[in-house]
Amino acid sequence: MEVFVQQLINGLTLGSIYGLIAIGYTMVFGIIGMVNFAHGDVFMLSAFIALIFFMLISAWLGAGLIVLALFFVLILAMFFTSLWNWTIERVAYRPLRGSFRLAPLISAIGMSIFLMNFVQVVQGPRNKPIPPMLNKSILLIDSATYPVSISYKQIIIIVSTVVLLAAFWFIVQKTSLGRAQRACEQDRKMASLLGIDVDRTISITFVMGAALAAVAGVMYLVLYGVVSFHDGFVPGVKAFTAAVLGGIGSLPGAVLGGLLIGLIEVMWSAYFTIDYKDVAAFCILAVVLVFMPSGILGRPEVEKV
Amino acid sequence: MAMDATTPAKRQADMMAALKEAAFAGLITLGLCIPIISWGTRQNIENQLVLDPRWDTVAWAVAIVFVGRFLMALRQQTRDPNKPAVRLLPHGTIGFFQRHSGLFSLFGLGFLLVFPIIAITLAGWGGALKWIDNFGVQILIYVMLGWGLNIVVGLAGLLDLGYVAFYAVGAYSYALLAKNFGLSFWILLPLSGILAAFWGMLLGFPVLRLRGDYLAIVTLAFGEIIRLVLVNWTDFSNGYAGISGIPRPTFFGIPFTAADNGFAAVFGLEFTPLYRTIFLYYVILCLALLTAFVSLRLRRLPVGRAWEALREDEIACRSLGINTTNTKLTAFSLGAMFGGFAGSFFAARQGFISPESFVFMESAIILAIVVLGGMGSLWGCAIAATAMIGGTELLRELDFLKQVFGNDFDPTKYRMLIFGLAMVVIMIWKPRGLISTREPTAFLKEKKAISADMVQEGHG
Repeated sequence: MEVFVQQLINGLTLGSIYGLIAIGYTMVFGIIGMVNFAHGDVFMLSAFIALIFFMLISAWLGAGLIVLALFFVLILAMFFTSLWNWTIERVAYRPLRGSFRLAPLISAIGMSIFLMNFVQVVQGPRNKPIPPMLNKSILLIDSATYPVSISYKQIIIIVSTVVLLAAFWFIVQKTSLGRAQRACEQDRKMASLLGIDVDRTISITFVMGAALAAVAGVMYLVLYGVVSFHDGFVPGVKAFTAAVLGGIGSLPGAVLGGLLIGLIEVMWSAYFTIDYKDVAAFCILAVVLVFMPSGILGRPEVEKV
Repeated sequence: MAMDATTPAKRQADMMAALKEAAFAGLITLGLCIPIISWGTRQNIENQLVLDPRWDTVAWAVAIVFVGRFLMALRQQTRDPNKPAVRLLPHGTIGFFQRHSGLFSLFGLGFLLVFPIIAITLAGWGGALKWIDNFGVQILIYVMLGWGLNIVVGLAGLLDLGYVAFYAVGAYSYALLAKNFGLSFWILLPLSGILAAFWGMLLGFPVLRLRGDYLAIVTLAFGEIIRLVLVNWTDFSNGYAGISGIPRPTFFGIPFTAADNGFAAVFGLEFTPLYRTIFLYYVILCLALLTAFVSLRLRRLPVGRAWEALREDEIACRSLGINTTNTKLTAFSLGAMFGGFAGSFFAARQGFISPESFVFMESAIILAIVVLGGMGSLWGCAIAATAMIGGTELLRELDFLKQVFGNDFDPTKYRMLIFGLAMVVIMIWKPRGLISTREPTAFLKEKKAISADMVQEGHG
């Protein structure tokens, strides 16, 4: 029982990170019907941006104000990652809109290879560790055999995920920007006839996806304390799995899928074997796509002739 | 006068607008460079991370983008809008090549056949090894993989991101069977092809219902699952350590060694490792040509026509009574079979394999070759493979750049960076690939080249 509760906490932490990345996939797929293959690498890039800002700001503020430093890092990482994703969309995807279906996907794969190697070239191929921080934890169940605790890191990750998700949920549901996004999702041509600037809406979608990926990047850095240039691929694929599992195109679905994938991965590692945890994630992806292509909360795709 | 209205006056360049655009691009570049370029991270002696400011690099990047964007904006303003954009080849070149494609194929074939001899005469016996192995064999492996994947992606329109899995199946079948049972290369070559085809069918079966992007992602997942199993199932595959000491292929039973019964001794030649390389070169050439021949012939068979029909419109196919299940499965397993052939050749050539050779990046490279070459075009695949693989190999040769940028400069570091960028640039420049016209297999009276814009890939 104690083991289960502890793994539940760990799984929810990891799942929040996957959920944040998954929203970027699901929003882009919803609006332009494309798997943004480079999104995992945007996440990795954001972790690097966060790493550098964290070092600069923590040197300036001192070790005492680490939470304040993290707050600044979060804001800066969100801004600069958004700028990157905005540029990527502008340069690599927008010229291909209206081209044949595989063209943006290939371009995105190229962009993914580029980003990964770009970070490798400018920051070096080694793992980049930061000194451990926020190591205190709260004891939840005081058991002699297996004490259950939640660390400050995990609290920060879960709380900020919930807060940011609520904010984005509000933007998509209540503001005119969100209405424009949902309109483009349903029918891009009709939306443009009704005076919505489709290009701008798509750009903003990419910016929002990147901002959430940057949050995930900061959280990843806080949780693991180390990042390297190839850390984008596997979390990227897992987040995509989460998006598909929850039903691609649906925001709550992406979060639900992320939490499920995080829980499954952690439970699998705890109860079976840690070696095959990635295999488990990929198997879920295959099984879900084959047997339940519309996911848990998604709408079934209607084939029109 | 009346004439003035009709003759397009040469348009004046608007300096201010160009400057504004360039300044905007420069500003964006500055934003992108912060902080990822402006501070480099490195570990010091105590293994702590320290930052090195690199503002000079940022300044260079911003300056290059500013000037480049400025010149581009000027060019766009002064260009006659009626004239088409940049043309690398004069009009009609592609058509000329297509009309005489038989002639050029013969010429290309002749060149490939005598390539080792050319390499030896130009680079000498010592220098030729690098050219035949790194360029000849390496490029031909990718040409063959490209042609194999072309059956799945180019002809049947099924986007496969996990093709490297079949390459791995072929390589591991050869390595394990040859090492544990001592079977020869010539028995195992067809056997690994068959095993790979079997796996192709096995993995193809569940994904039949999927289309487009979803199919791509599931095949990616399968590719990764096979790699991860190879990594983790150490009893079977020896994990990350890989399999070494794989038996090398022999010349109909005569090994390529310096021993008395070796190839050189039997034929009364002086021993050099080059003979094996030349032999391998001809083996992979034959395999690649077999792939090309089979896919050319299959296009004329009912199954090939069904593939192409499936690529264009799956619903129409079904309503015409084509069995889409069988059609897709044959495409999958045939493509996989050629991947398996290439894999077993790869294992025999390297003598050592590990899961590191079968990462997703390999799948992406093979797919890039097929798509950039122009899907369905064998010539396009060959050109793209030569440009991509040969180009990245050439980067190793650029030693003179060290004199320009200092001794730390290592061009191979930029190999994959340029590769990824090239994929994006070619997609934007020519979304249909380099060779984007098609020859119809069925025609009335006269064969006319059709633009690839007429066909839609990736729907099925």
